[in-house]
Amino acid sequence: MLQKVYDWIDERVDITPIWRDIADHEVPEHVNPAHHFSAFVYCFGGLTFFVLVIQILSGMFLTMYYVADIENAWRSVYYLQTEVAHGQIVRGMHHWGASVLIVMLLLHTMRVFFQGAYKKPRELNWMVGVLIFFIILGLGFTGYLLPWDNKAYFATQVGLDIAEQVPFIGEHLKTLLAGDPNIIGAATLARFFAIHVFFLPAALFALLAVHFILIRRQGIAGPL
Amino acid sequence: MKRGKGMQFVGDSRISAKRTPNIPKDYSEYPGRTEAFWPNFLLKEWLVGAVFLIGFLCLVLAHPPPLEGLADPTTIGYIPLPDWYFLFLYQLLKYPFASGKFVLFGIIIIPGLAFGALFLAPFLDNGTGRRPPQRPIAVAMMILALASVVWLTYESAAAVDWEARAEANKPIPPDAVTIDVSDPGYEFYKNSCAMCHGDALEGLSAPSLIGTEYTAEEIAIVSREGIDGDPGMPADAFKGTDEELELLVEFIMSVNEEFAE
Repeated sequence: MLQKVYDWIDERVDITPIWRDIADHEVPEHVNPAHHFSAFVYCFGGLTFFVLVIQILSGMFLTMYYVADIENAWRSVYYLQTEVAHGQIVRGMHHWGASVLIVMLLLHTMRVFFQGAYKKPRELNWMVGVLIFFIILGLGFTGYLLPWDNKAYFATQVGLDIAEQVPFIGEHLKTLLAGDPNIIGAATLARFFAIHVFFLPAALFALLAVHFILIRRQGIAGPL
Repeated sequence: MKRGKGMQFVGDSRISAKRTPNIPKDYSEYPGRTEAFWPNFLLKEWLVGAVFLIGFLCLVLAHPPPLEGLADPTTIGYIPLPDWYFLFLYQLLKYPFASGKFVLFGIIIIPGLAFGALFLAPFLDNGTGRRPPQRPIAVAMMILALASVVWLTYESAAAVDWEARAEANKPIPPDAVTIDVSDPGYEFYKNSCAMCHGDALEGLSAPSLIGTEYTAEEIAIVSREGIDGDPGMPADAFKGTDEELELLVEFIMSVNEEFAE
């Protein structure tokens, strides 16, 4: 039955080469922990992506309860954490996932760096990877404000004060992020929510696509 | 797309009538013990992922995500802290060479150089050798940078009493309890405790008393003898009689009972 459905679609759309191009590729011996245990360092990139998927899924569920508004943001998080079934676990996954993501990303970056895997012809992919690192840090910074508790509020105040000290564009940068040159309030929360949920993920997905396409084009770096 | 004479298409589409055979590539000619990603290696990856997920969920279950009280811009003396992965940047701004007159070093020049070098690493370290001994400068710089980040993070985090911070900023809904000012114990509370713990027990310079973990007996003792340690609590905060102390403790416990409901 399944085979028939597959054949029916394949006859009309020719999907076999599409998924085979993505899925059917070789895994060299030197990256396979089944053959060389020390090759577990090659798992860091995949695990980073895995944690990122956890972040996306848990984040999607969080938005079902979260209200991006200074009157209700904290109350919605509190409600989620204390009243909603398993809400504490979903929020916990998103909260701790952010930290685990940074750790895995750092490990992956260090693996690539110390193996010199960014050398020709893989310079572009390294740069895309560093941009992904910056975006993840940006997601961490904007996500920190969203529960609208004291630590979120005052940490964001410090962050925006630092942004303001950038020469020439500082005040504009702060206004862009906070929605007002002086007030950290309703507009700030709305902007950080938009940046956290729409702008940065959009940029992240685009960069991730480039990152993965380049890996498949160039293959994984050979053994040292 | 292949084009040429004799091509047959499905209907009027661009899909070739000759279907691509769905057979896996042959990896036997590849060097070493090369394996197919699909499905052989992917299955193993899922196993690793499953183990990782179990460990991660254990972490999540063991540590509920922290939440502090509702943001209040008028809170006095709150010491802001970023999440741990920004602590090193935050700590950098505390050194005289990166703050005050030299703040541009702290916020632009030093982080800019470090992250700029990270971004442009393939062009700064452009030799052909990949092994660490073949590129001592790049590896040394990275180890130095890593050590600096670890050191700065440690310097920043070691001075923080995380448990005391969490204790002083417990999440209490602003309308969780109503304070009965006609309670016979409220008068003593107002005179002895409200200065530090707030008129509604919500906490000011001292932690909130709503949701306290102390028992009635312990509160009675603490009111007389205080708490050792830093910041602790001074002794003799309450100077009334034992009967008055009993009313005070009953009042505090009644608020907590209401909160617990």
